[in-house]
Amino acid sequence: MSKNRKSRVVIVAVAILGVAIAATVFFFAPASSEKNRSLSGSAKMADASLRRLTDTQYRQIILDVLGPTIRVNGVVEPGVREAGLIEVGSRRASVSASGMAQFHALAKDIAEQATSETNRNTIISCVPKAVDAWDAQCGEQFLSQVGRLLFRRSLGPAESQAIFAIAEKSATASKDFYKGVGEGLSSLLIAPQFLFRWEIPQVARDGTLSLDALSKASRLSFFLWNSGPDLLLLEAAESGALDTRSGLREQVDRMLESPRLEAGTRAFFIDMFQFDHFHELVKDAQIYPKFSAQVINDAEEQTLRTVVDHLLVRQLDYRDLFTTRRTFLTPVLGAIYRVPTPSDKSIGMDRRWISYEFDADDPRPGILMQTSFVTLHSHPGRSSPTLRGKALREIFLCQKVPDPPANVSFTEFNESQNSEVLRTTRKRLEAHATAPACAGCHRLTDPIGLAMEVADSDGSFRTEENGVAIDTTGNFEGTVFSDAAGLAEAIRNNPVLPSCLVNRVYSYGTGRAVTSADRSAQATLSDSFAKNGYKLRSLLREIALDDEFYRVPPTKSSNLMTVQAKATKQ
Amino acid sequence: MKSSSKLASRRRFLRGVLNGVPMVVGLPLLDCFWNDNGTALAATGAAPSPCFVSWMFGLGFNPGRWAPSELGKIREFGPELQALNPFMDKINVFSGFRAILDSKPNLVHNSGVYTLLTGQAPSAGVQHPPTIDTLVSSKLGTRTRFRSIEVNAGGAALSLSERGNGIVNPAEGAPVALYQKLFGPDFVDPNAAEFTPDPEIVLNKSALSVVAEERQRLMSQVGTADRQRLDEYFTSLRELEQGLEIQLERPAPLPSCSKPDKPQEIAAGSDIEVMRTRNRLFSRLIAHAFACGQTHVANMIYNHLVYMTRPGSANHHHLWTHEEPIDHRIGYQPQVALFNLECAGALADTLTALNNIKEGSGTVLDRSVVLVGTDVGFAQAHGIDNIPMFLIGSGGGRFKTGLHISAGGDSVTRVGFTAMQGLGLTVGEWGSESNKTARPITEVLA
Repeated sequence: MSKNRKSRVVIVAVAILGVAIAATVFFFAPASSEKNRSLSGSAKMADASLRRLTDTQYRQIILDVLGPTIRVNGVVEPGVREAGLIEVGSRRASVSASGMAQFHALAKDIAEQATSETNRNTIISCVPKAVDAWDAQCGEQFLSQVGRLLFRRSLGPAESQAIFAIAEKSATASKDFYKGVGEGLSSLLIAPQFLFRWEIPQVARDGTLSLDALSKASRLSFFLWNSGPDLLLLEAAESGALDTRSGLREQVDRMLESPRLEAGTRAFFIDMFQFDHFHELVKDAQIYPKFSAQVINDAEEQTLRTVVDHLLVRQLDYRDLFTTRRTFLTPVLGAIYRVPTPSDKSIGMDRRWISYEFDADDPRPGILMQTSFVTLHSHPGRSSPTLRGKALREIFLCQKVPDPPANVSFTEFNESQNSEVLRTTRKRLEAHATAPACAGCHRLTDPIGLAMEVADSDGSFRTEENGVAIDTTGNFEGTVFSDAAGLAEAIRNNPVLPSCLVNRVYSYGTGRAVTSADRSAQATLSDSFAKNGYKLRSLLREIALDDEFYRVPPTKSSNLMTVQAKATKQ
Repeated sequence: MKSSSKLASRRRFLRGVLNGVPMVVGLPLLDCFWNDNGTALAATGAAPSPCFVSWMFGLGFNPGRWAPSELGKIREFGPELQALNPFMDKINVFSGFRAILDSKPNLVHNSGVYTLLTGQAPSAGVQHPPTIDTLVSSKLGTRTRFRSIEVNAGGAALSLSERGNGIVNPAEGAPVALYQKLFGPDFVDPNAAEFTPDPEIVLNKSALSVVAEERQRLMSQVGTADRQRLDEYFTSLRELEQGLEIQLERPAPLPSCSKPDKPQEIAAGSDIEVMRTRNRLFSRLIAHAFACGQTHVANMIYNHLVYMTRPGSANHHHLWTHEEPIDHRIGYQPQVALFNLECAGALADTLTALNNIKEGSGTVLDRSVVLVGTDVGFAQAHGIDNIPMFLIGSGGGRFKTGLHISAGGDSVTRVGFTAMQGLGLTVGEWGSESNKTARPITEVLA
């Protein structure tokens, strides 16, 4: 390479670096006004990251933005669970071809409902001059308002123009103002700016990358409410208030006091408890004739009501969820638990739920013995201590039980069996675990699962299996117990239980699995959770006010940009 | 107003539709016939496109009880495949093929089936490469309303069709929902005497275009991994637009097309009767969808990762495979065998549905190729040697059939690779590490 050419290369490189630094400063400058944000404007913003809306978020947003009269008549493309949470998997989820067709069908249906004669006057705040032509003032006003809530920011000029144009085109072609509004709304509902949560970084005061104000508002809102920000939160983000400590505290406290916190709390526990599997739950109708779709609905609702009452209404210790005897029942569940409850007829179908407290000596305390857990983690035709033990460790203690081994020799098993039926699950499992490769994991799962054997696969209470008294004794991490109540007490007192919740709540909010790099921050949060009496609301507040919660983890490119931004500041 | 497609330009035609003018297109009757040999449409002389079905079931068969005892021409199946006897001359059976793990762990119930579908032994936490059906649909599915159809007879959304990067094409679990998708209000009968495009579809398509126009700007905002996901989103959006475009065009007449009856609602659950019924209904809908040109690719799961039960029995299929000892008097697990017979019966149901629709001198099955596979070669031990695999149907004369081919431990990928070669995909090699192959099974290529 000649000297001149080398010089030219250096000059070009310096120029590129200069442009890159300038661009970085421009792109990552704190964005408090709409025009600075690349998503809605024309400026480029590097390395935004995406999280696809989950099914529950989609439904909650439609409810919050368009009201309770709009039904979501379909299922959003299912997400993938990672690190115990679908919310973590949302960072990998995209939209498949059939998922897109489903989103499109939902968007059309929702738009049709929203603009129907029944709903239009309550959902659309203005009245067009005429219904058979496009009224730009009214149509654009509605689409701008609803677009801001759906996109979680104001629409940019180009976005607005495109949406308004398709709405006008549709209204003109069909000679129907509301058809036009519907087409515009449908476009908003299928847009990637709605279906994905865009998390945009900016340089924080200390030079690290953090979410910009609107992304911060969005993270906060989905974390606490499982929905997009409301107008007050959007305004706090746009005014810059959310970037101040007092402004953030004001919003967090307001949100924690909002009734919408219940929806957020429910969504978190639906995800953590893996209640999405209720969609697939079936039981053998001949073996469990009492089990029905109503039992499934009520079982999920029972646990969620127990959680909300315990953690939000009474603001009690999270650990006591595992030993509490206070719950809610319906007549259908009463039949499963074999406890007396008023009939549907006497209390009315619309008020089926009653509060109920199990006796102090009842061996079924806490949420682990509720129908939701024991039915979800059983086989269709029988209970399963292995599935229950595995689920308990993975869901509530954040432990990973290894997958079953492959190429196991079953010779010993095959030789040891005879035609005599092994009458209890405990005996069958003991026989099955004769293969040494299997025994290791079964030791982790079966002893705790066997304590729950008094709950059959459909949740019904029993004391015998095939005429043999059920043996519920066992040992959990060195604590010996005699029944499910003893197991519940041992779980409740295990220090891993609350730290697992901290792990899951944090991962749920950030959409990232907790890693070893987070160990110190997690320990601090766990300590604080303990000091505050293991109260959920205090944990949510602590996380929501923590700068780390909004930090953008460094990547190769963002590291470079941070260094460049710091260099420019100096 | 009546107008033939020759008299109205596409632009004029669509403008007319959008302005509310009913544009009706008559159908030339002669288009409705097959040629004298019954192998091509009389109007164009073109042979209809082949169709591809991926039919995956769980837990395999009892070793030694499925493959024919002799190589070459099949004269008799093993006892667990007796239900397939009516299709003996249309089936190729492959035995002795295995999933090769190299140094990877055996991810039970996953390693076998994903190796044969993706060409790569899976690893925990690593996204699978695209499955074979998505490679096939990129050739066969570009001019159909649906690029592919996914169903799960277990009633779940679980699917084995993936595009790579973690993008899964979720399955329909309810036949009624599939009927609505394929033959609901948006279905256009290719043999209808008149064709009137729906003006609303024109507007829907315009609305999608508005979103699609954002592609470049939005793609430039995100990092590499998210760009792939966004790219998937826009690819899906484009496919949706293409589907709408196809609905705006007068479809080519397909003489064997008829709209099936709407299926009845099926009870929830996965007992053997419910699953057989669900599979039968799905199969019939897919056969009609092929005949009506709605799609050329289908992914069917029978009982993969499904608790298939017998009413009143506490154990399900999967539990039996691990808990039932081998009966030394007969040499296999008898309860497991009963479930295996169900799987073979369900496959026969699918073949019957495809074979029941006549097309000229053949049937829909004759112009299809059905790739059948499973997760294990020996379920009790999660073994992945000698995984049962079949290719069924000649794909419109592209494959020889009725043969039993055995390999001494070759990778299962050779079967999938052969299917792709036969269907005319330009694939020089397929798979990774020890599963990589460039050797089709030439004995079955016509």
